[in-house]
Amino acid sequence: MQDDLIHKIKSNPKYHELVSKRNSFKWMMAIIMLVVYYAFILTIAFDKEFMAQPLSAGSVTTVGIPIGVAVILFAFATTGVYVFRANAVFDKLTREIKEEVL
Amino acid sequence: MSFWKRIFPTILLMLIAGSALAAGGDLGAVKKSEVNIPAIIMFLVFVAATLGITYWAAQRTKTAKDFYAAGGGITGFQNGLAIAGDYMSAASFLGISGLVFLNGYDGLIYSVGWLVGWPIIMFLIAEQLRNLGKYTYADIVAYRFERVPMRTLAATAALIVVILYLIGQMVGAGKLIQLLFGLEYTYAVIIVGILIIIYVTFGGMLATTWVQLIKAVLLLSGATIIALGALYMASDGSMSPERMFQKAIEVHPKGGKIMGPGTLVTSPIEAISLGLALMFGTAGLPHILMRFFTVGNAIEARKSVFYATGWIGYFYILTFLMGFGAIVLLTGNPEFADPSATGGIIGGQNMAAVNLAKAVGGNLLLGFISAVAFATILAVVSGLTLAGASAISHDLYANVFAHGNVDEQQEVRVSKIATIVLGIIAILLGIAFEKQNVAYLVALTFSVAASANFPILLMSIYYGKMTTRGALIGGWLGLISASVLVFVGPTVWKDILGMGEPIFPLKFPALFSMTIAFVGIWIGSITDNSERAKKEHEAFIAQDVRCQTGIGAEGAASH
Repeated sequence: MQDDLIHKIKSNPKYHELVSKRNSFKWMMAIIMLVVYYAFILTIAFDKEFMAQPLSAGSVTTVGIPIGVAVILFAFATTGVYVFRANAVFDKLTREIKEEVL
Repeated sequence: MSFWKRIFPTILLMLIAGSALAAGGDLGAVKKSEVNIPAIIMFLVFVAATLGITYWAAQRTKTAKDFYAAGGGITGFQNGLAIAGDYMSAASFLGISGLVFLNGYDGLIYSVGWLVGWPIIMFLIAEQLRNLGKYTYADIVAYRFERVPMRTLAATAALIVVILYLIGQMVGAGKLIQLLFGLEYTYAVIIVGILIIIYVTFGGMLATTWVQLIKAVLLLSGATIIALGALYMASDGSMSPERMFQKAIEVHPKGGKIMGPGTLVTSPIEAISLGLALMFGTAGLPHILMRFFTVGNAIEARKSVFYATGWIGYFYILTFLMGFGAIVLLTGNPEFADPSATGGIIGGQNMAAVNLAKAVGGNLLLGFISAVAFATILAVVSGLTLAGASAISHDLYANVFAHGNVDEQQEVRVSKIATIVLGIIAILLGIAFEKQNVAYLVALTFSVAASANFPILLMSIYYGKMTTRGALIGGWLGLISASVLVFVGPTVWKDILGMGEPIFPLKFPALFSMTIAFVGIWIGSITDNSERAKKEHEAFIAQDVRCQTGIGAEGAASH
């Protein structure tokens, strides 16, 4: 890429909007995923009894099973949320930047 | 090409005939395995179909871009399935269901760890890989840095991961086929090696992608049938997991303990370290990263991860059901009993899913799932071999040895030679490691990928102040520390070498080796005042603009 094109992109306010919106969103999503996962695995490390207690009186299904499945579903859901927001917001901004500078 | 076209049908015929003969010929030699006719028929259909696809792909594989990246024309949906096919190895299919069969809940801890790496890949590296790279992840790592040392580091780390992963797959393949098809171990390993050499040299990434895609569809449907069938049978037709769990507790030697976490995670430090290795190891596997160059743009790259995460997550939930179904339907069932094996079933714990297929659907389903297990190995090994061959031809040959002055056709030729060499190495390693305990390879592979490949990749994309010196120091330290710590840790030092108490207490050293890598990159970079470092800081601006917008990316419209 030529320097003047880079300069043009960097001085476009929409570029800054894209970068700041996307960066804050993706790092936030990554941190949420890490927090959820580490909450899961550290609960296992610190409090096995919590995970092993029955879901309801008389059941053998433990609390840990729906929690584990929920973490799997949550991980999938976060990728869906990211795709949704990227399609709606980031792609639109990227398209507009390209139209303006190219 | 015309030469290949002429000999291709001949090889195809020879191979089908050869494997059928070999399967029949070794009937008496292998213990506890009779020739399974439905399995062999379905396996031959799969092999014939994939060789047909390879023939089709070979006609369309002409340029380097075709060979490494399937011409960049794979859609997000297709790539998502292919990623799932690349990632769901026999180790996760047979290994996790076996772990659940043996220990119950603990199997789920692995599944969750292996899945949560995917959102991280999506948020932090999938689109960026596509915007900055061309054929290998080393393209990004070498983007604004000194080419020769950076490519050497990235390719070395990639090859180490590929070869470690290959050993595990080949040994698993040999044992599995021996058990399922009644074929001798050595023959099995050789057949796998020859098939992947054919897929990859002739059909490149296009054939590899379709092998992975078909395998993903087969594995997901097979696992669905087994899991639901097992749930139906193990819950007395009520389809209630609770009922299945109750019956599992009644027959399992550990009783109610299988419903909660057991001994996999003991100390918090161990939990954190294991989690880091599983999560970020995934984001450092070269054969997985390579798949992002097969799609047209960042939008498709992001879609691929969405589909892949969905399929892989669904699959892990099925493996959990399969493990519990196996506890109920196999324990105490004389048809599957083998008191000498782990878990008391034929073939040991890792054959829980396969035995379960027979319990649920008789010989036909057993045959289907055996063929699927074999297809799984072929798909994963093809992806690994292609990634290893690309590291050799694109990174080491074209960029280090020839300094970028190389004819594209020559590079593809080197890649095909590298594929053949890697295929032969895989066969030899498979044979050499037959009697070895390869359990430590998972810890080693994921620790190296998380501690060498992932830090330099992540920092190349995001850390504008990184310099060549910092990347080299951090990358090599990560690679060396991960390898050494696994070696002196519990799995190798204590369990395999029998040297007594391990010097390093954790099975997965990622917490320490990743920290060493990141700190190495940071200190090596901030203390670098060279002219080269200044240029590298400045080059980050252009890299970041391309990374953020995709303007100038490979395969994008040029302006």
